[in-house]
Amino acid sequence: MLRQFHSLPGLIAALLVMILAISGAVLSVNPALERLHSTSTAAGQLNVGQLAGRIANHFPGVEQIQRSASGTVIIYYNQDGQAGAQTVDPLTGQGLGPYEPSAVSRWVKDLHRSLFMGTTGHGIAGVGALFMLMLCVSGALLLARRLGGLRNLLRPLRGSFSQRWHAEVGRLAVLGLLLSALTGLYMCATTFGLIADGSQAEPAFPAHISVGAAQPVANLQALQAIDLNDLRELVYPSPGNPEDVFSLRTAQGDGYVDPVSGTLLSYQAHDSMHNLYQLIYQLHTGEGLWWLGLILGVSALSVPLMSVTGILLWWRRRKAAPKISHNSPAHAADSVILVGSETNSTWGFANTLHAALHQAGHRVHSAAMNDWKGEYRAAQRLFILTATHGDGDAPASAAQFLARLQQVGLKPGLPFAVLGFGDRQFPRFCQYAHQVQDAMVQAGGTPLLGLETVNRQSSQEFARWGDALAAPLGHELPLIHTAQRPRSRRLELTERIVYGEAVNAPTHVLRFKAAGALPSFQAGDLVGILPPDNPVPRFYSLASSSEDGTLEICVRKHEGGLCSGFLHELKIGGSVEAFIQPNPQFRPASGAHPVILIGAGTGIGPLAGFIRHNTAKHPMHLYWGGRNPASDFLYEPELKRYLADRRLTALRAAFSQVQERSYVQDRLLGDALALRVLIENGAQVLVCGSREMAKGVMQALDNVLAPLHLSVLALKAQGRYREDVY
Amino acid sequence: MKKIIAATCLAGAIALPGLAQAREVTLTTQLKDYSGNGAYLAIYVTDANGQYQKTLWVAGKKAKYYRHLSDWARGSAMKPSEFDGLSGASVGSGRSLTVSVELADTLIDAGYQIRIDSAVEDKRDSRADVSVPLTSAGSGKPVSGSTYVESFTYDL
Repeated sequence: MLRQFHSLPGLIAALLVMILAISGAVLSVNPALERLHSTSTAAGQLNVGQLAGRIANHFPGVEQIQRSASGTVIIYYNQDGQAGAQTVDPLTGQGLGPYEPSAVSRWVKDLHRSLFMGTTGHGIAGVGALFMLMLCVSGALLLARRLGGLRNLLRPLRGSFSQRWHAEVGRLAVLGLLLSALTGLYMCATTFGLIADGSQAEPAFPAHISVGAAQPVANLQALQAIDLNDLRELVYPSPGNPEDVFSLRTAQGDGYVDPVSGTLLSYQAHDSMHNLYQLIYQLHTGEGLWWLGLILGVSALSVPLMSVTGILLWWRRRKAAPKISHNSPAHAADSVILVGSETNSTWGFANTLHAALHQAGHRVHSAAMNDWKGEYRAAQRLFILTATHGDGDAPASAAQFLARLQQVGLKPGLPFAVLGFGDRQFPRFCQYAHQVQDAMVQAGGTPLLGLETVNRQSSQEFARWGDALAAPLGHELPLIHTAQRPRSRRLELTERIVYGEAVNAPTHVLRFKAAGALPSFQAGDLVGILPPDNPVPRFYSLASSSEDGTLEICVRKHEGGLCSGFLHELKIGGSVEAFIQPNPQFRPASGAHPVILIGAGTGIGPLAGFIRHNTAKHPMHLYWGGRNPASDFLYEPELKRYLADRRLTALRAAFSQVQERSYVQDRLLGDALALRVLIENGAQVLVCGSREMAKGVMQALDNVLAPLHLSVLALKAQGRYREDVY
Repeated sequence: MKKIIAATCLAGAIALPGLAQAREVTLTTQLKDYSGNGAYLAIYVTDANGQYQKTLWVAGKKAKYYRHLSDWARGSAMKPSEFDGLSGASVGSGRSLTVSVELADTLIDAGYQIRIDSAVEDKRDSRADVSVPLTSAGSGKPVSGSTYVESFTYDL
């Protein structure tokens, strides 16, 4: 729901919001430019009387003095019947050059506030501001949900290029955009008279004016009493009219000045409504607050990027939307499948289940959990497949499920089975699936099975669930799930580096090239390789990025390993069928915080890739375990080079088949003090290797972290501890 | 029926002297190419000393900007009753404004003047951009303005 509140206005108003933002950014530079070209005076340095006196020396025909909020002093004068305008130096009263407001600025300003469409345009711009407001609020809430709460809003981010930049830039710009949108809305509302704009009646023209000769303007007491910084406008009396007076506008109020006596007449202070309008106007335009103007301008510049990445994200989500064949109508189906999915990957599993049930002769209806009807007349069983989003929340397509279930209820005794999808790395693994299971029991459903879970989209666990369903269904339910993957590409082996033969752990670093361009990937993503005559891909962590021009993996030969055996036997020039599976969660987060990389054996692959791309030379510390430095010190020459050019800060290797055997855990415990300092400095931890190693590392780090009253679990909850284990 | 016609004629006869004291005057204001947003104009009648008498036309719809037409604003106190039915849109750079308004005969050849105050956003305000005696002889003769007005003509 929240997502719709974000993407819908984003799609509708992308163009409008972009126009407003870009034009706003252009205008935002003006106050700073103006400030740069004007002479600022300290409070108490110069009063309006002095200024007027100096100007009179140079421009006897002056009619009006204006001071902009940014400090430019402009005079309007009449010389020999010709009207003129000049900016003047307030310290000397000398003209600095003719004053002519920029035509470009005027054009951009008109575009910004009314799209050259007059009153209608003002309304449209107001709607744009409203959309901007909705986008800011819904975007911040979405990001907070993703990061596990508003207080976590500043945590490091991971994700695909679009996801990451959309969120990263968005959270930097959101306050500026929010301020622009709110103040813009206020100004639009005043234009349409929906809110008072604080304009006050003019002060009454003084009834009594002194008769006599006018004093020199510099001697007028009322003008001497006003600091230049408070001046807005001084209008001189009409030359031909002896009964006329000076009109004076200041930051605090308006009035008249008697040219004979020099006294202030009919002074009227600004009321709070007027001051409020002035403040909001200033906050929107940055006039007199050049630094704020620049901040708002930079924020506004993010809008085109946000629009483009936002539309890309929406399009990708949409393209990945489920397509179910043989979907029976809700009322006719004997088996109903409900799906709770955030990124649509759960829909792939639902599709497999749907097809298997259809194959077995069932009439099957699949729908999003949000579409819960309650009234499935023919239903004999219900399957709920749901992921968990963020900190144990419902995923997008299930957000309203629990409320709707409570509202419309459930056919009494309806048999059901819930399957939760998640990642055990996260502290609240399948939390939402648990909630759904409890709610279904409470609503009067009969569980076919207990709650089962699938970790990291494991096809095996999914197939096991199908086996378990065979008994209650009374027939076999083979669930052969292959994750929907992009079509595979043919890659050619170009290079092989052999390690570990002597220590009985043959490990090869393999480099591939594609016939054409490589698909796009980054170190830490996965490559799925299809061994010949086998449809099930094996996944390997990538040690290179596509921009390296080569696809690099690190493969250890396993006894009887179908794919690893095939890869080890593959000749240079031989080819494999492969596809990329993005793994954006496993890579160094944005920012310059230190990174602690921990791995053993082939787990070095992606870690070496991260180091290779650490051209910004952020602190990176590598802990790695092998068997014998003489045989299986993977990537040794590269790592030494990275140490030399500081892409790698420190390398701590441990070897298990040498005299003083040690493991990577021992290195961690030995470095406890240094590690605590890094963690306290905001370091993040990336672990890659076998499941057993990851367990050992977790225990060691819990010991290291204990004095800080921290744990690996706490780091995981903060998104600072990520694993890629196998 | 005849009675009604007679009554109408009678009413007309009574009203006629009133009508005879006013006439329609056409005001044509041609603006310069000053490059700026639409100009706000106040066209009004003053006595020989420049004291405000009567509004003829106000161009510009947003009353909050009227204070920039300062002499007129002061004289009329910007009371809506002063320009009720006598206002329209602002006039763009290089454009011309032609309006016809009622003018009392007593104001013609009696020492009164027509004045125009003008203002443009982010540019100077101009008091008495145009100032011209209101006489039968001056009718149809263009006069030039000092700031935004290129020429102004009144046709009695």
